[in-house]
Amino acid sequence: MSEPMDKVTASVKPPELLTPHQSELKRVFRTLLLSKTAVFGAIVFGLFVLTAILAPVLAPHDPDQQNLERRLAPPIGLGKEGASYEYPLGNDNLGRDILSRLIVGSRVSLLVGISVVAMASVAGSAVGAMSGYYRGKFDNVAMRIVDVWMAFPSLLLAIAFGAALGPGISNLVFALALASWVVYSRVVRAEVLVLREQEFILAAQCIGATETRIITRHILPNVLPPILVIASLQMGTIIIAEASLSFLGIGVQSSVPTWGGMLADGREFMRQSWWMATFPGIAISIVVLSVNLFGDGLRDALDPQLRKR
Amino acid sequence: MQYLLRRLFLTVPVLLGVTIIVFTIMHVIPGDPVQLIFSGTGASLEQKQAMRHSLGLDRPLPVQYVIYVSNAIRGDLGQSIHFKQPVTELILERMPATIELTMASLFIALIIAFPLGIISALKRNSAIDHMAMTGATLGISLPTFWVGILLIMLVAVNLDWLPGFGRISYEANLEKVTGFHLIDSLITWNIPAFKDAFLHLILPAIVLGIAAATFTTRLVRSSMLGVIRKDYVVTARGKGLSEWTILHRHMLRNALIPVITLIGVMIGALLGGAVVTETIFAWPGIGRLVIQAINNRDFPVVQGVVLFFAIIRLTINFVTDVLYVWLDPRIGHV
Repeated sequence: MSEPMDKVTASVKPPELLTPHQSELKRVFRTLLLSKTAVFGAIVFGLFVLTAILAPVLAPHDPDQQNLERRLAPPIGLGKEGASYEYPLGNDNLGRDILSRLIVGSRVSLLVGISVVAMASVAGSAVGAMSGYYRGKFDNVAMRIVDVWMAFPSLLLAIAFGAALGPGISNLVFALALASWVVYSRVVRAEVLVLREQEFILAAQCIGATETRIITRHILPNVLPPILVIASLQMGTIIIAEASLSFLGIGVQSSVPTWGGMLADGREFMRQSWWMATFPGIAISIVVLSVNLFGDGLRDALDPQLRKR
Repeated sequence: MQYLLRRLFLTVPVLLGVTIIVFTIMHVIPGDPVQLIFSGTGASLEQKQAMRHSLGLDRPLPVQYVIYVSNAIRGDLGQSIHFKQPVTELILERMPATIELTMASLFIALIIAFPLGIISALKRNSAIDHMAMTGATLGISLPTFWVGILLIMLVAVNLDWLPGFGRISYEANLEKVTGFHLIDSLITWNIPAFKDAFLHLILPAIVLGIAAATFTTRLVRSSMLGVIRKDYVVTARGKGLSEWTILHRHMLRNALIPVITLIGVMIGALLGGAVVTETIFAWPGIGRLVIQAINNRDFPVVQGVVLFFAIIRLTINFVTDVLYVWLDPRIGHV
């Protein structure tokens, strides 16, 4: 089945698309490697992922271990009394080690970031692809739902869903995914609407390829680039949103260390010990900056049009 | 005109959808609102039943939905459990604070983003361009609430230059006319109060405004890049027009059309961002109200605020579409 079809497709594809999929991937990869900021972003993000995975090994102390003698102890390097190399970033209001809590806190950020983006991109793209491909009634209904969704500020929607579902990581993931899938639907639908009129799709239809096959083999690979770009740029937004929700006390239970939760604790003690709120913020910013730099690089690599400008 | 009517007509089903979502969110909440109302009062089962009946909670969901929508149309968004006050009243009381903050932030965002975006596009790949784009990427990556906390720590607590909490000092003695502190203080010619309110506004507006400025700068720049090499610009230059005339007559006019839509999107985003910013700065607006309501499990208020924000967004979208047609007459005739 695939043999004759590929020949048909090949003969009508514009010359640019003639290059096999493999080499296109290579080109994107090479372009990415050329961008210093994208490589930097990828490395930093890789380190963050490693930290999250190896957190139990890397954390020098038990993140929940309270040590009231070291309550609000300062970090090293400021020449302040009470600093100790055993606790390089100081201690929080309950004397817990800030560095260990930061390391363990990375797990929630990573877990929530990846699961939300995965759920939102798959669900949103599926709706968008079906809307664009089948058009008609399905499209009408789906796009009206998307319109409704777009009427809400997404953070507020996430907050409302989060409040309705109650605390907990899985509820938080669900709330954030529910608030952020629509972007994919819009973009994927628009792409598919153009794609479905292209000759290679018509050709596939002519030789009797099933709809599932057309969608999965011919349409999806072509809409993947924009999906990847949105996903990589959305990751940062989601990590910030998770931190915001945890900061507001709507996200994860306060017993689990999260960067947003640490910031919320730190806010109450900012007069005495600014480091409590400063370090988690730096951690969030570095991780989000790294995904954004990578996402920008990926967008430039995948979109030659944009690169030329 | 026909376009606008059609556009207005299309808003109705979206608005209905919005009410369905808001209604659904509040009805999947675990826990009984009646229990919440009577929590700690030791009310009898009959009293609870009576309350449930008076709130209409014993009716089928579709009926409850219809009642909810017909009440909402009349401006009745229910009663706050915590404040024991109509939700609409609560929202209207806090609205001026949020509008004041949003407008100030919008102003800050625009005075940063416009010059920076335009210069970046005109001097593409220059040092200014690189700096602006790096700044924008950096700005997007900083969590708003963290920047807010840092500014409070530094400017308000340590340096004591500006107030970091609230909207006005207790001693200001401002007479309430419109609810907008800046306007009220001018109307009543209360200059100390105006100064006080203005100083309170600076930090939260900067925090919210800078967040919006980051992506606006990028959009203004790419929008400008889109027109910079258009034929009509080349023609204008060929005619020997001055660069200034080309910029404001030919480029800006065309580049700003997408930016108008952006301002609509921005106001929406600023309203969303206000939830976090208001909480940090103890700004008594709608954003803080919704967080307080969530913490108090005051769900009618949450429901009301979410619906209210959605309606504002839809209104803004409609207004931007109207402006769009006005600026680019080609659109209305499609």
